[in-house]
Parts: sequence; C-alpha cells; structure tokens
Amino acid sequence: MVEQTARDDVRVIRTGGSKINYRRPLFSTDNRYLLCASGDFVKVYSTATEECVRVLQGHKNLVTGIQLNPRNHLQLYSTSLDGTIRLWDFTDGILMKTFVVDFKLLALYTSAADEKSIFAIVPKDNNEISGNFQLVSINLPKSTDQEVAVKDVTVVLDDVHQSPKSIAFGREGQFVASVKSLELCVLFFKRRKYYRFPLSSKDRKGANNVFTCVACHPKEDCVATGHKDGKIRLWRNISNKQEYTYSTQHWHHNVVNDLIFSAEGTSLLSGGVESVLVQWQYKSETKKNFLPRLGGAIEHIATSPDGFLHCTSHSDNKIITIQSNLTVSAIIQGLVKGQEVLTGLMLDPRSKALVLNGKPGHLQFYSLQSDKQLYNLDIVQKEYIHQSSELNQTQVVKAAFDCQGTWLVTVEERKDETTDLEQQMKLWAYNEEQQSFALNTMINAPHESHISALCFQNLTGSRSGPATLVTAGLDCQFKVWILGDDSDIYRKCVCWSCDFVGTYHHLQATNCSFSEDGSLLAVSFEQIITLWDPDTWDLKCTFCHPPGKIQDLAFGRLSCSKYLLGTTDNGFLCCWNLLSCSLEWSTRLNVKVLQVDPLSENVAAFTEFSQVTDLFVFKPNEPRPLYMQKNVCSGLVQWALFVPREFPEDYNSDGKQWLARSQLYFLSASQNLMTFSTESVEERLTSSSKHLVIEENIPMTPLHVLLGKHREQQTNFVSEAKQTALPEGSATIDEMLHTPAHVLPNASFLCSMFVNSLMISKMGTSAKEEEVEEMDSEKEEDESDTEITLVEDEQETKEAYSAEELLPKLTKSEQKELKKLRKIDFSWIATL
Amino acid sequence: MSSYKPTVIQTYPKLGNKVTQDTLYWKNYKSPVQIKEFGAVTNINFSPIAPYNYAVTASTRINIYGRYSQEPLKTFSRFNDTAYCGTYRNDGRLLAAGSEDGIVRLFDVAGRAALRQYSGHTKAVQVTAFTSDKYHLMSGSDDYSVRLWDIPSTTELHCFKEHTDYIRCGCTSNLNADLFVTGSYDHTVKVFDARMDKSVITMEHGQPVESVLLFPSGGLLVSAGGRYVKVWDMLKGGQLLVSLRNHHKTVTCLCLSSSGQRLLSGSLDRHVKIYSTSTYKVVHSLDYAAAILSLALAPENEAIVVGMTNSVLNIRHRKHNENKQEKKKKGPSYRFFIKGKDYMPKKGDLLVSKPVKFHLKKYDKLLKGFRVSLALDAVLETNVRVKTPEVTTGVMQELNRRGVLQNALAGRDEKQLSVLLSFLIRNVVDPRFTSVLVNVAEIIVDIYSSVIGESPLVDNQFLKLQDLIEKEIDYQEELLEVLGMMDTIFATMTTKKNAVVCGNQNYALIAGPEEEPMVVA
Repeated sequence: MVEQTARDDVRVIRTGGSKINYRRPLFSTDNRYLLCASGDFVKVYSTATEECVRVLQGHKNLVTGIQLNPRNHLQLYSTSLDGTIRLWDFTDGILMKTFVVDFKLLALYTSAADEKSIFAIVPKDNNEISGNFQLVSINLPKSTDQEVAVKDVTVVLDDVHQSPKSIAFGREGQFVASVKSLELCVLFFKRRKYYRFPLSSKDRKGANNVFTCVACHPKEDCVATGHKDGKIRLWRNISNKQEYTYSTQHWHHNVVNDLIFSAEGTSLLSGGVESVLVQWQYKSETKKNFLPRLGGAIEHIATSPDGFLHCTSHSDNKIITIQSNLTVSAIIQGLVKGQEVLTGLMLDPRSKALVLNGKPGHLQFYSLQSDKQLYNLDIVQKEYIHQSSELNQTQVVKAAFDCQGTWLVTVEERKDETTDLEQQMKLWAYNEEQQSFALNTMINAPHESHISALCFQNLTGSRSGPATLVTAGLDCQFKVWILGDDSDIYRKCVCWSCDFVGTYHHLQATNCSFSEDGSLLAVSFEQIITLWDPDTWDLKCTFCHPPGKIQDLAFGRLSCSKYLLGTTDNGFLCCWNLLSCSLEWSTRLNVKVLQVDPLSENVAAFTEFSQVTDLFVFKPNEPRPLYMQKNVCSGLVQWALFVPREFPEDYNSDGKQWLARSQLYFLSASQNLMTFSTESVEERLTSSSKHLVIEENIPMTPLHVLLGKHREQQTNFVSEAKQTALPEGSATIDEMLHTPAHVLPNASFLCSMFVNSLMISKMGTSAKEEEVEEMDSEKEEDESDTEITLVEDEQETKEAYSAEELLPKLTKSEQKELKKLRKIDFSWIATL
Repeated sequence: MSSYKPTVIQTYPKLGNKVTQDTLYWKNYKSPVQIKEFGAVTNINFSPIAPYNYAVTASTRINIYGRYSQEPLKTFSRFNDTAYCGTYRNDGRLLAAGSEDGIVRLFDVAGRAALRQYSGHTKAVQVTAFTSDKYHLMSGSDDYSVRLWDIPSTTELHCFKEHTDYIRCGCTSNLNADLFVTGSYDHTVKVFDARMDKSVITMEHGQPVESVLLFPSGGLLVSAGGRYVKVWDMLKGGQLLVSLRNHHKTVTCLCLSSSGQRLLSGSLDRHVKIYSTSTYKVVHSLDYAAAILSLALAPENEAIVVGMTNSVLNIRHRKHNENKQEKKKKGPSYRFFIKGKDYMPKKGDLLVSKPVKFHLKKYDKLLKGFRVSLALDAVLETNVRVKTPEVTTGVMQELNRRGVLQNALAGRDEKQLSVLLSFLIRNVVDPRFTSVLVNVAEIIVDIYSSVIGESPLVDNQFLKLQDLIEKEIDYQEELLEVLGMMDTIFATMTTKKNAVVCGNQNYALIAGPEEEPMVVA
C-alpha cells in the first residue's frame, strides 16, 4: 500500500536533556562548577550563572558516579554502566584517560587514605539480576596510554546495597560504613576489623528500621544513618563491638532520602519526601534549621569542600544550590518529568517554547533551542503538600494558547471519591510589561463533567469579532466563550463569558476543533462529527464513520483546508471533503496521535499496532504517505507536536521535505521527549549552540573587560587587513595544538609542516573569517566536537529508542571499530 | 524558595450593584437629620466662608442653619409673600432673596431688616444671584425679564427681555463679573454679557429649564429641565456635549461636588443621581422620601442637604473615623522609624533590599504548621463563620484537599460540635457551599453517630439538619419537575419550526433532518 520512503538519515533523537537528579552532584574545589551525571554525559554547570558550561561526552551508557581525583582536583573520575572509568579535565572538557574494567559500575567512591585506587559498587560475578552487589577497590595502573585495561580489582565488602548512598567512607578514609536492610557494617582498613550492628526488625509503633542512607563524620568516628520511617541515628564508639552507642533523632515523617555532614562536621543535613532541608547542629541535635518548600522530594544532598555551598537535587529534575546560611542561591532546572502529561505538548507562540505539565499545578515553558526551562507558570496557586502516599491534589488537565499567544486557557480538576468534581477554568492574558501571563478570568465549574477538549478560534485578517474559545465537555455540551468588555469608569478590563451552549442528541462531546481560518467549528459527539458555523452557531452538517467513536479530529491546512481528518477508536483514519460533504478516503490505521503541521499540508499520524509505534506523514490530498518510519520508539507515543523552525532547512530529497519548515517532537510513554532530525542539521546546531554557551560563560573580570577591548581592536584590525582565512580542521594543526609542549618537535620543523598543511587544505575548504583570531581555541573545540558527535552518532543509531537503563553493552568488536574510528581524522565533517 | 501559598478563598460574584469607590464614598454619611420647615424647600445655599452656614428658603422665610444645628441660627421673615432663592454673596456677608411680590431684598447676614429693596419686576422674582465682582445683582422674574442691579445705589443697570416665558433659574460666572446665565420655561438657556445689550449665546434645552449650573472653569454649562440633564460646551459656542436621561421625572436641581469631579442632580422622582463629570455615567444614586426641590453640598462634601416638597429639610453629615485616632497607642517616635530610611545610596553602594513580609491570616499560619484542628477552630470563631462563611468553607475545602478533614473534625466536645452543626444548618443549602458542606456533614455524621443521644442540644441540631435536608430535597424535586415541563414546551416549539433553535444559556435543542451517515469506503 505504501512505498517505503524511510531514509536512514532521518533519525529519532532524544532531546529535552536527561535526568540531572540521578546521582549526587559534586562541587569543584573552588566552588565555581557543579558537576552532575546526566544520562550518558557529565554536565558541568557554573554555580554563579546556572548555565551548563560543558558537557563531558564519552560514556556509552548511563553515568553512575562521579568523583574528583584526590590527587588533582581539576580532574574528575566518572563511572558508567558501560564498564569504564574515565578521567576528565572538566575545566577544558577533555577526556584524559579511559580505564576499562569490564564490570557494570554502579557507584564510585574515592578515599583520602588510598589515593592510588578508587572504589566502586559492582554486581557480584557481573550478574546484575542476582541482586548481590560488592564494593570493590580498583587499583588504577599508571600508564601513558589513553585507554588502559584494569585487572587489579579486589573485593572490599561483600553483600552491599546497590544504591551509592548506602556506603560512606569515614574520617580520612580509615573506615567504610555500609548499610543494607537492617544492618550497618563498618570496616576499618588498617586493623582489618569488621563490625556489624544489626537493628531489630520489629514493626513497633509504626517504626520501620530499614536503613536508607549513611554518612560519616569528616573529623570524628561517627556514622549517621537514615531510616525508612524518617528516623536518623547517630552511631558513636563504633570501633567497639559491645559498647557502641547510638542516639535517635526523629523529625522526618517519611523516609530519609539522603543525609550528609557538612565539610567541617559542624552540622548534618538531611532531606526526604517532605522537600524540607533540615540542618541539625552536630552534638546539639535539638537545634535544627529548616529550609522548606524546595519543590519536589529531595533525592540527594551534597556540600562543597569548603562548606560554603550545599546543593540538593530533587525528584522534579532540579538542582538547588544553597548557601551555608540556608538561602537559595541558584536553581538548575531540567525538563520536569515524572508528572503525568495531561495537557499535551503545546507551543507558546510568543516565546516559541514548548509548554506542558511541569511541577504539580504548574505549566512549564521549555525552550527547545537552548534546551533549558524558561519558567514555570503557577496555575493552581495552592500549597502543594508533599506526602509519600499520593494526595489527590488539583491537577492542570487541559491548556491551550490562542494563535497570537495573548491568551492562555487552563483547566484544573480535582476529583476524589467522596466529593464532587472540583473544576476551574482560568483564562490568562499575556502581560507585556511583566512578560508573563496574568490571570484574567476564573470560571468555576465550567462544565458539569470533565472537559474533554478546548480550542481557540483562529482569527485571521479577514475575520473580525471577539476572541472565541470552545470547550467540549463530557456533560454532553459544548460551550462557546467569548471575550467581552467589562470596563467601567474606574478601570478598563475585559473578561470572558459564556455565549452559547450546544448539544447534539445528548451525546458526550469529545473533541472540538476550529478550521484554519476560523470559519468552521467541528465538534465530535461520540460517533458523530458535527460542523457548526461560528457566526450564527447553526449546525451545518454531520459526518460519521460508524460504529467507531471519534478519537481525534483535525482540519487540513493551506491547500488541504477543505479536508477534515478524523480517527476512530475501531482503527480507521477517515478524511472527509468539506466541499462535497462526502468521505474522500478512509484507511484502516490504528492512529493514536494525529498532528497537523501549521506551516504545511503535512499531517503526522502515530499508529500503534501490537505495542509498536509507527509514524506516517502524509498530505490529505495525496494517496501515498510522504514518509513512513517503523518502530519509532518502544511503547506508545503520548503526544506529538510540530514546532516551526526558525529558519527553514534545505532538504532536496522528497523523504525529508516534511522536515523543512517544522520539526516533529513527540513524547513517549516513558516521558522522553524525542524529535526527528538528520545528522548534518543536528551537528550544526549542537556545535553552534556550544560555542555560544561557552563564550557567554566566561566570567566578567576587570581583566576580561580590558582584554576584551584589546581583542576587539585587534579583530577590527584583522578584518580590515582582509587576511586570507585559515582553513580549519587540518590534521597538522590539531596535532600541533594537542600534543603536549614537551613532546613537540622543533619549531622550525613544525613551521614547514604547518605551512604545507595550509597549502593543501585551502583548495577544498571554505573558511570562516570571523573566527580567525580565536583560531587556537576554536580548533580545539572543533576537534573535540567531531569526535564527540561521532561517538554520539554511533550510540544513537543503535540505541536511540531504548530507555537509558536498558542500553545494551557494546561488544568488543564494536569497541575496536570505535577505536579505529577515533584514529581516523574526521575533521572534514566540520566543513560540511 | 517559593513561599507558603495562602488558602484560596473562593470569591463569588455579588448580586446587585457593584461596590465601587464611589458607592463607598457616598455611603459614608451618617443617618440623616430631618428638619420640618413651613413649606416646600425651594432653595438651599451654602455660605462660601467658614463656618459654612446655609440659607434655606421655604415658604415666606429664609432660615440660616449652622453646621450641626437643628434649630435655625437666624431667620429672615420680613417677606410679605413667598420668598425665593436666598443666595449668599461670595464673601458670605450679604444675602439676596426674591419674592412673590416682585421685590428683590438684600439682607446683611448679621442684621435683621432688609438693607436695600430693588423693585422693578412686575411679577414674582424666583432667581437672584450676585456677580463675582460683588457690586451687582442679577435677578430673573416671571415677567420674562432679567435685570441687573447696582447694589449700593439700587439702580437698574440692564433689563433683558429676551425670554418668552418664566425665568426660573440662573447663575453667574465666577470668573467674569459681566457674564450670567439664565434658564427659562421657554426651553432656552441664554448667556448674557453685561457689556452687550443682548444675549450672547442661546441654547435650546427642549424642556422647561429648571436649573442651570456653570462649571467653576466656566467652560461647561449644565442645564436641567424635564427628565433631561444636558451639558453644553461654552467654548464651542454652546454646543451640546452630552444629554443625560437618568431620572424618570423632572429634574429640579443641580449641584457640583467640591472637587468638580462629580455632578449631582435632584429630581421629583425622589432620587439624587451622582454622575462622574469625565464620563457622565451615573456612579451612585441616593434615595429620599419625597420629591426633591433643592439640593446643596457643603464644602468638601461634608454634608448633603436636600429640600423636599413635603417641607422637610434632610441633612446628612459625613462620617469621620474619629475613634481610630483616639485609640492610637503611643509608639516609638517618628525618628525611630525614619532612621536610615532617608539615606541616599551613593554610586557603587551595594543595595540589599529588605525582604517583604507577607501577612498571613490566622488560619493560614496554623495550616502552615499543619495544625489542622486549630485552623478549623480559627475559622469557626463567631465573627468569621457568620460574616464570611466562604472563608470557613474555603478552609474546610483545603483541609479536605490535604486529606485531613476527618482529623480536624474529630475529637470535639458538645459546645464545639454544636457550633459546627449550627454552621452547617445555616449554610448547607447555600448553593455556593453545598458541595463542600455536604461532605463535611457526612463526615460529622460518621464520626459522631456514636454519641447521639448523649446531649439534647446536639440531638436537636441533628434533627434540625435532617429536617432541612429533607425540605431541600423536596424543593429540588419540584424544581426538576418545572425544568422538565419547560423542556417539553421548548421541544414543542422547536418541532414546529423544524429548525435549529438555540437557547441563550442552557437549552440548545437540535431537531431537524439528520444527515445520512457517510458511506464507508
């Protein structure tokens, strides 16, 4: 039926960042950077500006642990599920060394006492399913090679919990404490003494003594443990099997997720589901300080080595840096995940940001270009109670923007078993001065039942009249709301009010949609689509495709605006012609998500067939689909959205034409935001954005300002002189710049080589004049870029669909191939 | 980090008039003082200088009242016949009045007998006014003539006989001593200039003119006659600016508020309407017991004085919040508060702003600390639950949202339970609160069903509640029946028309031929 048009170069790539709350973040020694594991990368954030300064790419699986090199604080060790430990220079973003361990590494520790080796949690016998984990010491061999295989692995502790929070190293690395279920184990390295402190499992008075986390005091032999029931125990005199003591503190009403001692050991920080950071004074634990309402549940707490900063990472994909006096200094927010996305994906027409459910009761505005969250809009405006047993709280269930972005409508609902449905519809007007949305009208109980769909009327130039909103409800009605004037002599204002209520045979209204020019409203009532004239609210005609109930409804765009598309729950995609009022075509497709490109005639349909999701892109007036991709992602696609590009891309092949003006984003069932892209575009975008970010993040010191001026003058001078551009990506230049100075050959030798390289490469490459004066730094980045993207490509082509945790391990042959690839000069890619 | 978000209290749209700053202002008057005069009160005029006494013309007398006096301070009763239009001069020392016998009399406010008498009119003089240079006096009469008099010499300076009917109103410009305006029953308003020998501008009001008023700037003129109040632009040569028809009987008197921002008109329909002078919309309305003939505002709007046909003078004084000043505690000195506030930051100073403190209500403070029972107690205090039941209901809803409503309601003694039950009885049938309170009532019944029979007070209230709910159910059933009947009526109507009929709000019934289902391909 359909031609196979899928090209290999249109690929599904993951966007929207990864979880930044997966592991405990880490401060650099000078407090300038905050490092955190994020998916397969390690991200370096500036603590001052909250910007992501660098992304350390190289691991091929989830990064599970990061630690500073105890011997050099400008270097970072990272472990990953791919079985490697990598050593990075994180200020420059250079991978220095790779240690291949061939174990799945689940956590990483360093010890002050033993600088030569590092510690990691690995599954016993490399068998993760067994559930047995070990703490091992890995002796890193000294070698000049880039890639070193590590053989020297010794087991330190057997039978440990796999969570990195269950193991902590004590004062100067003298002992290690580990907790698992109801037992605390302490091992003293020097004396090789091993102590076990079991707790009773009795569930008396709701007590639940299961350990969740452990921390060791940096100066004394004291171990703090957190428990499932919210208790914190401080263990002292642990070197004595009989005369150990512990004191219990109980403030948290729920599980203690993490706890840590401050750098000097004067206070203990703990946090849990309540999202309250508690600061306990060491040795006078009755004195507590609180920092409440931090957002999502606290997952990890970290402190800086000098004790000036703390940071907490939260379940809503957020890291908060907190000063030592418990004031929040910065918030690093990723795309909020975890909440069910009920509103679907929307595009804010003003900021071109992606809008979807964010924090509970909020809408998040997420910039796709800069890949970061712009802001959160508080819709519900009620206090959110953090409780482990989920309360039935008010949720934002529907939202829509009008085409100019001046109005936003949101619907929030709360339903529990005993009370009626609490439903509110809020209309928000964009305030130019505050650059944000302000509440204009609030309507209590707009419908008697759930609102199934809502849409604004597109007011194009030819149409006049007040702004119009249509809501369809399961109470068998659809309502029309119009913007009216509510001003009097004291103030000028506008408000929304109900203008018309329509029903059809007492059927539930399930969908509503306006045509592109706003001249026709389609409302579906179970099996039947009704068409209404928005001027008179007369019923014009009805369509149906029995016996299926209409699931989704969309008007065609541009030249296809005479078509109306509908999907039914019995697996049909139908297209009706509005001019002849007849069915144009229908096909058997179990469409889950139907999305229309606003800038072209294209329609994207995600179909589901036996748990496999396929994508079809078609024009309603053409019998063949433009593009088809099988098995887009594992699981179902929840929502999809066409996002117009800022600048149209040039695609000459037909199969990619549909990507030229808009980009298709979709949200998978596992809440990963994905998009379709091609290699070259993606590459160009990442490299350009990267340059920008790094340049922006150079702190403004007086010297910088001075130098900047000097530079600028130089630049002018250079451009005036019209110096011929230097080519990029030459192997010689790279070699020259990357070889350490002490191994470089004589300068005279290099000179001729350099000149030669210029002569050769000039023929084929186009040059960028403006980057000349920064040649050295640029070169460096270009080089690393190409390498990184290559690695990324490899990885993505193979593993783009699978969830982060399920990434398969690379085989040895593949790794060899990769190594080969790395040796080949790929600098020519940069010039494409 | 984000601060505590206070409990959302639902606001419900209020029925009736909206409360605006104008309604608040004009309602802030004490209950009226009523003084019985001898006849219909035709004119009230305030002295322009302190202590702002006012002259009230009624029947054959002019009474001078002080600000708070119930008895007249002084009475001028040397009139042979009905007196009209007792008017103060702008220095407050002289008073002029017309009379039914056609003589204009001039009184010294301090004296008793008339200082001068100006005779020349052949019929009753109903209008007198001093010019702003204090030396001349204007009078208008039922003999259709307007005369200008020299005060000291009692000589007649001008006589304009342009009107063709009774002259019942007039005023002088306070900017130009030569300008004055008269309104007549011949439906015209004429502007005269003493330097010319005929009227300068004539405006056609359309009804017999009962009152005219010049704005202090002299740019706008207001005339009242019939049911209309009309505003004229003098600078455009008497162009009609706006015509107001807010009364349903003849408008008899006009008055400006002291700021010039509001215009007041009194009418025989017993209302005083207050207009904004920028938009000419009615912002407030005052009701009186009888038809209003005269109206005056004290300087600074300190009092509204209205004279009516039933010879009652109605005086309303402005309320002042005197109590607040008495209660003021002696706190720290002003210098203490101002300390450091007047410091101007120098260039390069680092400004640290003081955090703004948000004031939380008592129940919010308790909710913030998760003390749910106490929070419920706080909103069940008498003044909260009686005056603002929406706050009590809002907090109950919030407790339910937090899943702790049951805990908060439990463990109450007889007195507290009876308070809760009385609140329920009072509000459970209120449609604004029903959805929340039904749930509360169910929980209370669940919790306290075991103690029924222990306290006669509580038992009684439970019975009352039951009774109330039964009545409400019956009522709702009846309403549904009515709704059903209406549905039938609407349905019959639509079948006759055989087309789509759309009800305005709740009924959109669609009948008519249904399209054939599309053919499945």
